[in-house]
Amino acid sequence: MESFALLLAATLSAGTVLAFAALGLLINERAGIVNLGAEGMMLVAAIAGYATAVHTGNDWLAFAGGAAAGALLAAAFGVLVIWLNTNQYATGLALSLFGSGFAAFVGIRYTQEKLTERPNFHIPGLAEIPFIGPAFFRQHPMVYIAIGLTIALAWFLYRSRAGLVLRSIGESPESAHALGYPVRRIRMLAVVVGGACCGLSGAYISVVYTPLWVEGMVAGKGWIALALTTFATWRPARVLLGAYLFGGVTMLQFFLQGEGVQIPSQFLTMMPYLATIIVLVLISRNATFIRINMPASIGKPFFPGS
Amino acid sequence: MLKLEARPEASKMMSVMSPVLALAITVVIGTALFVMLGKDPFRGLYVFFVEPVKSLYALTELAMKATPLILIALGLAVCFRSNVWNIGAEGQYVIGAVFASGAAMTADKGTGHWFVIVVLLAAVAGGMLWAAIVALLRDRFNANEILVSLMLVYVADQVLGYLVYGPWKDPAGYNFPQTITFLKSTQMPKLFSGFRLNGGVFVALLAVAAFWVLLFRTYAGFQLQVGGLAPAAARYAGFSSRKALWTALLLSGGMAGLAGGLEIAGPLGQLTPYVPAGYGFAAIIVAFVGRLHPVGIVFSAILMSMFYIGGELAQSRLGLPKSLTGVFQGLLLFTLLACDTLIHYRIRWQAARPLPKSTSATITSKASTATTGKGA
Repeated sequence: MESFALLLAATLSAGTVLAFAALGLLINERAGIVNLGAEGMMLVAAIAGYATAVHTGNDWLAFAGGAAAGALLAAAFGVLVIWLNTNQYATGLALSLFGSGFAAFVGIRYTQEKLTERPNFHIPGLAEIPFIGPAFFRQHPMVYIAIGLTIALAWFLYRSRAGLVLRSIGESPESAHALGYPVRRIRMLAVVVGGACCGLSGAYISVVYTPLWVEGMVAGKGWIALALTTFATWRPARVLLGAYLFGGVTMLQFFLQGEGVQIPSQFLTMMPYLATIIVLVLISRNATFIRINMPASIGKPFFPGS
Repeated sequence: MLKLEARPEASKMMSVMSPVLALAITVVIGTALFVMLGKDPFRGLYVFFVEPVKSLYALTELAMKATPLILIALGLAVCFRSNVWNIGAEGQYVIGAVFASGAAMTADKGTGHWFVIVVLLAAVAGGMLWAAIVALLRDRFNANEILVSLMLVYVADQVLGYLVYGPWKDPAGYNFPQTITFLKSTQMPKLFSGFRLNGGVFVALLAVAAFWVLLFRTYAGFQLQVGGLAPAAARYAGFSSRKALWTALLLSGGMAGLAGGLEIAGPLGQLTPYVPAGYGFAAIIVAFVGRLHPVGIVFSAILMSMFYIGGELAQSRLGLPKSLTGVFQGLLLFTLLACDTLIHYRIRWQAARPLPKSTSATITSKASTATTGKGA
């Protein structure tokens, strides 16, 4: 029972990594932009956050540093894709390749560094409830912030005027442009905010989740987050649920190893990646369903007057 | 104010000049980086651009590095031209190496030298199989090929790990995670004594010619390209997009597998956890910088190999991390994509105040973008 509570707690933590990144990508995609650079942004943010944490000892500054790094790289991506009209897939890929190289390059001197022990977080009172306390109420504040972000994003997209404008740009940039909305500026803003969210995710990995710096430590989580937005049919609440589901799959391998299940560790490590493929297959099988839910202008450039 | 204006037609010159311009910008940024790191920039550039071509030995090493890049990039060029986004060539390369090793392990002392062909064919089959999973899931279930092919890279790495740490581990190998060293009959013949270069480089050059013919002189190649450039036109002409998907993925998977097989039958000589060297990802850059053209790919593969060898030299000579290679490679693709904008657009200076509507209406050219006034 105790180990199951710990598994739940670890699942929430692993899910938070994916949730921040996938929510950021959701903002992008709702505006019609696919950023395949998530993995690269997360890696650079991970080292930026880790370096900040090592030098300042302040985790909140580390998250800010990670978010800034993510936003900066996303801005470079945005300039190319939105203002120079480059191919979104190729540019995102370039960002991922550059990001993993750059993070490895900068990070080499931090591979030996260790973060000092951080205090454990407890929500007073609630954390003492048996089973529920250790499972849900002894988490890092970022876990609850991710839930808050999900609610805020859902409200923004479906209940606010600005959210309506963002969605309309994702559906039909031409119409939004004709109505006088600055399509490219709004898309740029969405890309930068999305990059900041991916940055938070990267910093969370290196500062809280792991916590240390290893080259390539994001290990495909950026790509899994990209798959999550499709899996969630571009809805915030489903993104969060999907993130926890995948967090659970990631954690299951450690749980199974702990229980002494005789499967070679490589097959357990494979599970999140295989799960992503299986989920993609299941959700994409119905092409009409995907087409109805997908922002219509996704991946297509918008260049007024050409 | 700077403003982009669509060209009436794509500029042929910029299409060729864009990679050169991108390389120039990358070199400028690289020089600045060396200065910032307190290293002599001239030594830095020397290590990257002169040392890899300085001697005959250096040139043969360069050709050896370029071989897998050329092979993988050729297949990817077909993919990207037909608008199939296979970015998992790294996984197909790894499975190619695994299949080649599986074949190589069956050789014994009496096996003739022809067996290397079996090894390479096994590698091609392995790469094709891995890419076929992507094609099947895309074709049958509409699953996004970008994500599936990439996820399969991580799966391939784990398959490799399982084999070299488990059933294929050399019993006499002091518990190192590696297979036996494969017999000579499974290896490509070396071209000259004293050099590591082997016949693989000719395989790559043959492939360049074959892909040139396929792309520009066959009906199948034409169909693939129409499907990529104008899917609606291809549908109208009755070109099957499913066939294009399978062709592109099987071709690129087979080529990536072949590259993996040649590494096993050449410089590596055994299967280790260090087989994934990022060639599958670097080849994406090679394909784009080479303009998705077989001949261009040869040049860009040589350039990319210089980055690889330069990165290794920068580590030993200048004390810089080897990952500098990845920084420069990523930077090159980034700047290339930015420069490619100039193929379809030209930069115009425009007064900060937009032209009155009546004036812009008199410009009849379709290319005019003056109506928006939302330059930068």
